[in-house]
Amino acid sequence: MITSRMIDVAQGRAQVRVYEGGEGTPLLYLHGAGGLFPDDPFVAALAKHYRVYAPLLPGYGDSEGAERLRDMLDVTLHCYDVMDALKLSKPLVMGHSMGGMIAAEMAAVAPNEIERMALICPAGLWLDAAPIPDIFAMVPSEFPGYLFYDTAFGVQLMTAGQDMNNLDFLVQFLVMNAKRFGMAGKLLFPIPDRGLSDRIHRIKARTLLIWGEHDKLIPPVYGPAFQAKIAGARLETIKGAGHMVNYEKPEAVIAALKGLN
Amino acid sequence: MKFTWFNLMPWPYLPDDFREQHRSVWVDLPNRIYDPVKGTEVYRTYLEQLEYAEELGFDGLGVNEHHANAYGLMPSPNIMAASLARTTSKAALVVLGDSIALYNPPIRVAEEFAMLDVLSGGRLVAGFPVGTSMDTNYAYGTIPALTREKYAEAHELIRRAWAAREPFPFNGRYTKIRYVNCWPRPIQNPPPIFIPGGGSLETYDFCLENDYVYCYLSYSGYKRAEQLMKGYWDRVAKSGKDASPYRGGFAQVICVADTDAEAEQLYKSHVHYFYNRCLHVYPGFADAPGYRTIKTLQANAVSQLTQANLRNYPTLTWKDLVDQGYVIAGSPDTVHDRMVDLITSLRVGNVFCLFQVGDMPDDKVRHSSKLFAEKVMPRLNQLWPEYKDDQRFWLRPAPARAEAAE
Repeated sequence: MITSRMIDVAQGRAQVRVYEGGEGTPLLYLHGAGGLFPDDPFVAALAKHYRVYAPLLPGYGDSEGAERLRDMLDVTLHCYDVMDALKLSKPLVMGHSMGGMIAAEMAAVAPNEIERMALICPAGLWLDAAPIPDIFAMVPSEFPGYLFYDTAFGVQLMTAGQDMNNLDFLVQFLVMNAKRFGMAGKLLFPIPDRGLSDRIHRIKARTLLIWGEHDKLIPPVYGPAFQAKIAGARLETIKGAGHMVNYEKPEAVIAALKGLN
Repeated sequence: MKFTWFNLMPWPYLPDDFREQHRSVWVDLPNRIYDPVKGTEVYRTYLEQLEYAEELGFDGLGVNEHHANAYGLMPSPNIMAASLARTTSKAALVVLGDSIALYNPPIRVAEEFAMLDVLSGGRLVAGFPVGTSMDTNYAYGTIPALTREKYAEAHELIRRAWAAREPFPFNGRYTKIRYVNCWPRPIQNPPPIFIPGGGSLETYDFCLENDYVYCYLSYSGYKRAEQLMKGYWDRVAKSGKDASPYRGGFAQVICVADTDAEAEQLYKSHVHYFYNRCLHVYPGFADAPGYRTIKTLQANAVSQLTQANLRNYPTLTWKDLVDQGYVIAGSPDTVHDRMVDLITSLRVGNVFCLFQVGDMPDDKVRHSSKLFAEKVMPRLNQLWPEYKDDQRFWLRPAPARAEAAE
């Protein structure tokens, strides 16, 4: 059972919606550029095994305070402030895509604060030989093809409850998109590299990297690139999944996570 | 009335199957489409048209900034204005403008605009656009959600640099300069400042707070602009400022011939080239998320969504384009009457006239411009008699410019 509440962060500088549920080891989950889905199925799957905390970054849902988050350091410190507000000490940190980039930055900036970390196809590095497609120039119908191995499943997940023929809904959708991708753009636009490669060597966390075998957004070649830069990192590649591997194969992702001690 | 002869400087050699072969005229169109040798002649023709416009008596000569764009070949409008500063002597040089958030550091704009004002003897009209998303975000890499904050800071730096007579330190978030010291400084202090806008509420207020001229540079014509300009004038009324029409400007495609039928015959293919090839922009580049403020999105989303559906240019015939006001075309009398509609319905004292349209050859451009200058413009200059002495929004009169220069 997942519930949610608003929390005050950094003495009221941000208000953050946090989804939480489950029992067991505390796990902080940082979402990707798209945010969480309604009744997010991956957060629900995690909650069967862990005590999950999934905060929405300002700009996502009704979380507020995006205007003071301008760059990577701002967001990195904000996420530590969220951890503080939740009174979490050294949780297992997991981040997907942009969330993985934030988690890696957190672990690089304050390496003694994070002991275990799982990065699911994280952003943050750039390889000229494998440029990451420009999500900011995509029209909505293009996303499922880049994000999912099973495009039909992706379309269903991404458009559930959406009525694009309804003008009121469309306006809300435009505003929501502008807010969330406006925030994401501060970390990812125009190239999703904010200098992590200069800091990544500082990471001390035991790190698990998880990639979907058919990731068309951040191609699997980025897996070994991350692995080479984080001492002792393990890389697990999951078959039959794309960039949204945690939604396409949640049980496989959680099984991999169990190996992270 | 102030009429500015505006040249977008489009590339006139886009192939017939352009729309089928390329998804966008802007941002990611490969530059193999461009031929630099032909380009020399294209630039020469376009600059000479602007010089000719001065001879015809237009008040201003307009240039603007675009990047990676086949319909706007001026990444640096200042270079074009510098060229015109040396070959013209009366008309305002309307640089509409420099995208100030894109210059690093933005003091560069204060300096280059000062150079242009001095070079031209005080004839600069300075435009400060935020820049389109295509230019600012996609072609120049500015983070969308930070664009406006960067713009506001650049604006503050430029205005302070022009006003100061001693060096000063500037501690901005995006620009830090220990010694801000603008050499040369402009003759006009400051030059008239024009702001191109697309319906942002913040831009309306910004213009009013600073007494800048709000310019709507749309290609969809005056009839579709009424709602947006009404929004501006409502804001003017609420602000308590006077409603001088010189606070507003509008861009319009205009084609003049001896008769209405001749206008269609002479200009139709070039107008279609403009709407079907030059304005073929990939929707993914139209509006980077975060570029517009949430307030503006909420206020304008419905009209933008419905407008977007109407922008299906290839389906529009010449008659559609003329009837719906995208293009004002016809005999001098027809054009006069439509221009009166435009000027009075939008309440504008500034019109940016687009006579060079798409791949229109030089002789037709000159023919249309000359007919307008001789048979339309003099009558339109009778409009707004109650504001004929309102000099606040244009170049300072020549004697004052000379004194300032001494």
